[in-house]
Amino acid sequence: MRTLTKLDGDSSRARRELHDHIQGSGPLARHTVDSTGQRQAGSSSFHESAEKHVTGKAAYIDDLAAPADALHVALGLSPVAHGTLTQLDLSKVKEAPGVVDVITFHEVPGHTDIGPVFPGDPIFVDQEISYAGQCLFAVAATSLQAARRAVKLATISIDEQPASLDPVAATERKELVRPTHVQTRGDWQQALDQAEQIIEGELFVGGQEHFYLEGQACVVYPSEDEGVIVHTSNQHPSETQKLVAEVLDIPFHAVTVEVRRMGGGFGGKETQASPWPCIAAIIARRTGKTVRLRLPRSEDMRATGKRHPFHNRYRLAIDAEGVIQGGEITVIGDCGYSPDLSDAIVDRAMFHADNAYSLGDAQVVGHRAKTHTASNTAFRGFGGPQGMMIIEAAMDDIARQIGEDPLTVRKRNFYRDGREVTHYGQQVDQRQLLHTLVETLESDSEYWVRRKAVSDFNATSPVIKRGLALTPVKFGISFTAQHLNQAGALLHVYTDGSVMINHGGTEMGQGLHTKICQVVARELGLDLDKVRITATRTDKVPNTSPTAASSGADLNGMAARDAAGKLRERLFDFAAGHYSEGLDREGMRLEDGMLVAGFGESERTIPWGELVQTAYLNRVSLSEKGFYATPLIHYDRSIGQGRPFYYYAFGAAVAEVSVDTLSGEYQVDRVDILHDVGDSLNPAIDIGQVEGGFIQGMGWLTSEELKWNDKGVLVSDGPATYKIPTFGDLPPIFNVALLEGHPNSMASLYRSKAVGEPPFMLGICVWSALRDALSSLTDYVISPHLDTPATPERVMLAANAIRKKAL
Amino acid sequence: MATIAFLLNGTPQRCDISPDTSILTLLREHLAQTGTKEGCASGDCGACTVAIGESTADRQHFTSANACITPAHQLRGKHLVTVEGLSVKGNLHPAQEAMVKCHGSQCGFCTPGIVMSLFTLHNDLTQRPSPLTPVRLEAALGGNLCRCTGYRPIRDAALSMNDMPYERPQWFDATLPAPESDAQTTESPGTAPFFAQPASLAALTQWRQAAPQARLVAGGTDLWLESTQRLATLDQLIDVSRVAELLTIEEAQLDNQIGWWIGAGVTYTQLEPLFEAHFPAFAHLLHRLGSQQIRNRGTLGGNIANASPIGDTPPVLLALGAQVELASVTGKRRLALEDFFLDYKKTALAADEVISRIFVPQPVEGSQLRVWKLSKRREDDISALLGAFSYRVEQGVLRDVRIAFGGMAATPKRALAAEAALEGNAITREAFRAAQQALDNDFQPMSDVRGSQQYRQQAAKNLFERLYLSLSAPDHEVMLHAYAH
Repeated sequence: MRTLTKLDGDSSRARRELHDHIQGSGPLARHTVDSTGQRQAGSSSFHESAEKHVTGKAAYIDDLAAPADALHVALGLSPVAHGTLTQLDLSKVKEAPGVVDVITFHEVPGHTDIGPVFPGDPIFVDQEISYAGQCLFAVAATSLQAARRAVKLATISIDEQPASLDPVAATERKELVRPTHVQTRGDWQQALDQAEQIIEGELFVGGQEHFYLEGQACVVYPSEDEGVIVHTSNQHPSETQKLVAEVLDIPFHAVTVEVRRMGGGFGGKETQASPWPCIAAIIARRTGKTVRLRLPRSEDMRATGKRHPFHNRYRLAIDAEGVIQGGEITVIGDCGYSPDLSDAIVDRAMFHADNAYSLGDAQVVGHRAKTHTASNTAFRGFGGPQGMMIIEAAMDDIARQIGEDPLTVRKRNFYRDGREVTHYGQQVDQRQLLHTLVETLESDSEYWVRRKAVSDFNATSPVIKRGLALTPVKFGISFTAQHLNQAGALLHVYTDGSVMINHGGTEMGQGLHTKICQVVARELGLDLDKVRITATRTDKVPNTSPTAASSGADLNGMAARDAAGKLRERLFDFAAGHYSEGLDREGMRLEDGMLVAGFGESERTIPWGELVQTAYLNRVSLSEKGFYATPLIHYDRSIGQGRPFYYYAFGAAVAEVSVDTLSGEYQVDRVDILHDVGDSLNPAIDIGQVEGGFIQGMGWLTSEELKWNDKGVLVSDGPATYKIPTFGDLPPIFNVALLEGHPNSMASLYRSKAVGEPPFMLGICVWSALRDALSSLTDYVISPHLDTPATPERVMLAANAIRKKAL
Repeated sequence: MATIAFLLNGTPQRCDISPDTSILTLLREHLAQTGTKEGCASGDCGACTVAIGESTADRQHFTSANACITPAHQLRGKHLVTVEGLSVKGNLHPAQEAMVKCHGSQCGFCTPGIVMSLFTLHNDLTQRPSPLTPVRLEAALGGNLCRCTGYRPIRDAALSMNDMPYERPQWFDATLPAPESDAQTTESPGTAPFFAQPASLAALTQWRQAAPQARLVAGGTDLWLESTQRLATLDQLIDVSRVAELLTIEEAQLDNQIGWWIGAGVTYTQLEPLFEAHFPAFAHLLHRLGSQQIRNRGTLGGNIANASPIGDTPPVLLALGAQVELASVTGKRRLALEDFFLDYKKTALAADEVISRIFVPQPVEGSQLRVWKLSKRREDDISALLGAFSYRVEQGVLRDVRIAFGGMAATPKRALAAEAALEGNAITREAFRAAQQALDNDFQPMSDVRGSQQYRQQAAKNLFERLYLSLSAPDHEVMLHAYAH
């Protein structure tokens, strides 16, 4: 299917329309999605909260009502990146107007280390300060303003030491948060030794601020026993439950965590949403009051970790055709001060250092460097995008070296029969899809016609240069920590026939709750209005995994389906035995709000409401729980081999850009995307994920620049200095389609595929197109070095550098 | 604390609030209206967008504003419309309906702000039917960040909402409370908090003299960050936004120059028609200055008084040879704009003075103006550097060359050496090379979060190359469409 901005394929007309768009004179496409009709799984139902979003009725954490005597918390953050806390005098803070409680490391009743997987994240600094923005103390007052003003009255003495900010140097010094991991397949040394040609390069890939619109926030209510009830904007309620309990030194069952929705997460609320409920819970138990804690934007940006910046290198043996024979790739993730999730993130970068291409006999090495910045964390793609960047850089570089079009080189290197096993030992199933998908896109987007138009234009345009690039995505789906690949659901049917579903996943805008309702509606043959979902709560579905790794619908949808299926079978058994006319148990089904038995003339129907009412009166349980664990997956870290992914999701995108080589400014003129979601659960939501992921990926590689000063203090700490894409960055021509007719080859939820993360990496085509435009300055002989984000500054400096090289 | 009377979604309200209360705080903390969200508290994300209605000749006209940095006291006698107010008896407003139908919300947190920007756009389109061009669309939505959707469905919502049936509810035009009478003072207010709203220049200068320690506020788009970001106390404020003399644009003659006196309180939005007609390059710059919400509030006088080296209008005004008029109780004086900027954030404005008007000369026959702003993001970003070039070409020779830059020094500043290198010379590569070299004498820029010294130096020189190419080889494209005007 095509989305709304479908424009004519004719490139000259497209060019004209583009010009008109930009000049502001042309007509605009006017189509709207018609989402009426069927609304079960597979259809484009609206987001379950859409009407609440547009009327302001959807409540986020800071909108929740609290008692009038609720306290507001502000945090004292370290102004220094590295040092020893020698004095923390909070006497003036305690005396400030409105202040009720002040806590530090010493007031924590239980665990003081809240590291999510590995230790290393103190809830407050005891003595050692590891990054600027680290939490030193917390102040609770009668208003947020009073708390924030009181924080400023602290006397803080720090014995400041030089901050380690260079992850490459840190790696050389063996300053790592976790040990280095290596994946090897075949004799990579020999491949290099016997190479016809060797090509090598390096690349800095910048980090990324999540910039969820709703910042980190929670409200904590003391419960009537020793525990707390926590409302939090959070992707991992079960982990927060565990950490709050450990910090308070109480059993897990004394803590209930609830998440109705998040105003964006993107990975930034997987582990890094937990410290705030932990702090608020301590104060709530100490004071007996409800406690609100939300981070103002600049504090949120300084206190929490980001997407890992990476320094990557490659050294590859290629044949005359540019096909990789083997070699080595090294990725260094800048993890910040503690492990957090960095082990799995750098692993995922390594798992994706091949992207869609067979590396042959290769070794991939991943270092986890320790630096004095916030602990970098999960962010859509989870290291995968940073890993992919190095091989996409290599593809462009190979193309320039052998004088072929980058698309030709990419296609030659795709996984194919005979070259089908990754460097970590997994066979790439559905590999033919890569070829099918890219060939379709190549043709639909008129790649080669436009390639010629771009070259012709560049030949006569000295300042403005156009670039074109098509890049693929192959993304592995599953948590690489095997135990996380499980999910639970809880289904209730009430006696009026209305249905309530809960599951372990959280809603952050991705439409998970909508999809889950659609799954239940489909399984029970009901209209979507009959199915409601409420907040995710640790007392409804326990011991859940984070909503992460694109797994939300795959795992929780299967659990919900399991629950609904079990309940359905129970109702069938009941109906078969109960109704005197003897319904045919075989072939019984739920359709259009009816139980249907038999076929043709012998068909009998019982309305859903009547069925459940009767079942209730006959003492049949109308509640069920569901569970799912992903089969088949395994990975042996000791040898770096296995099948870590249940399946792969594929996609590809073409970007055309224009670059002003004098100023470094650029514009994205047109983007075409074809993406694989198997059989879509909800095409409108999936398209939304594809488009949103693409724009976010493009932002990561273009305008979103994190900057720290030389002392390690983040200076891009607000939207005035950190620039995520805005309305004008939407390409004027933006054709987005889902690949149809190719269900998942694995037995996933209705043969769908995960869609949260994979489209993020489609944004790489914009960066590659910028390099293509710059390369035209040398008649496509030299491949420009272009670190990311490719800001106008970097593009201008790259243009200067490549011009000098060409002389 | 002082009482303000205004309309909230058609209903009269009276609230007691301190001078530094923002509309967002008023809504969320005093009135428990939590539909309007805080995303950044700095006017950069648009999640808190509200509409403010004022009476025009026929009906109320609504403009968008960032509630987080708009002083609540400025609501006196006005109509505040929020996301909670739009649906009538359960019927969604077309802006809301279109957002639902186009799948325009994902996490939903930015959505109330986007709905309000669409609402003001919808209102504009219905009050003054005119084509919805991409430029207009971008202007209306450029100040609303969305991290989820990638904006395509929001664009579709904007394009489809006008086709939906809609009847303007009567409460839109409910009677506004009468504004309070002109506040005058001759006595010092001491340390008592106040939010003075003088209506005349005489009253304003009296307040200024009586309370030189008080802060002047116009749109508040920069000042309010001191409250939300640095937690400063802003409890003595003099509002210039209702001073009649500061709100006019008048054609005038000054020192044999025809031009316009522009009141210091004229907003960027109000400037647009004049600039569109006479300074298209300047108008184009306005489209990239802040967001619609900011342009509706920010003023030319505020941009000058703020004296930031990266303010967008001062370099252009310097290149145009603008003058400023400063007023106090003792009278008025006039300065060339370049004499107004003394050093980083230091100006010639005395403690008892206000900027009353700015004189901008009309372009003379054949004069050209080029304004080039470089920033990381095209929309709603602050300049890394900005170059403004004003000149005439007379028989192939450059005359009346005035060039000024922002982002290259501690103040917005003319490039005198580069000007001299070009003045009176033919359009030759040599002359422009000389100007590029001269630029090193004019500026030693610094590195900061928006750009390195190296980039600023080189990019500024490259703008001379761009100018040279545009003059010498006008057939080549030397600018991107998205940046050209």
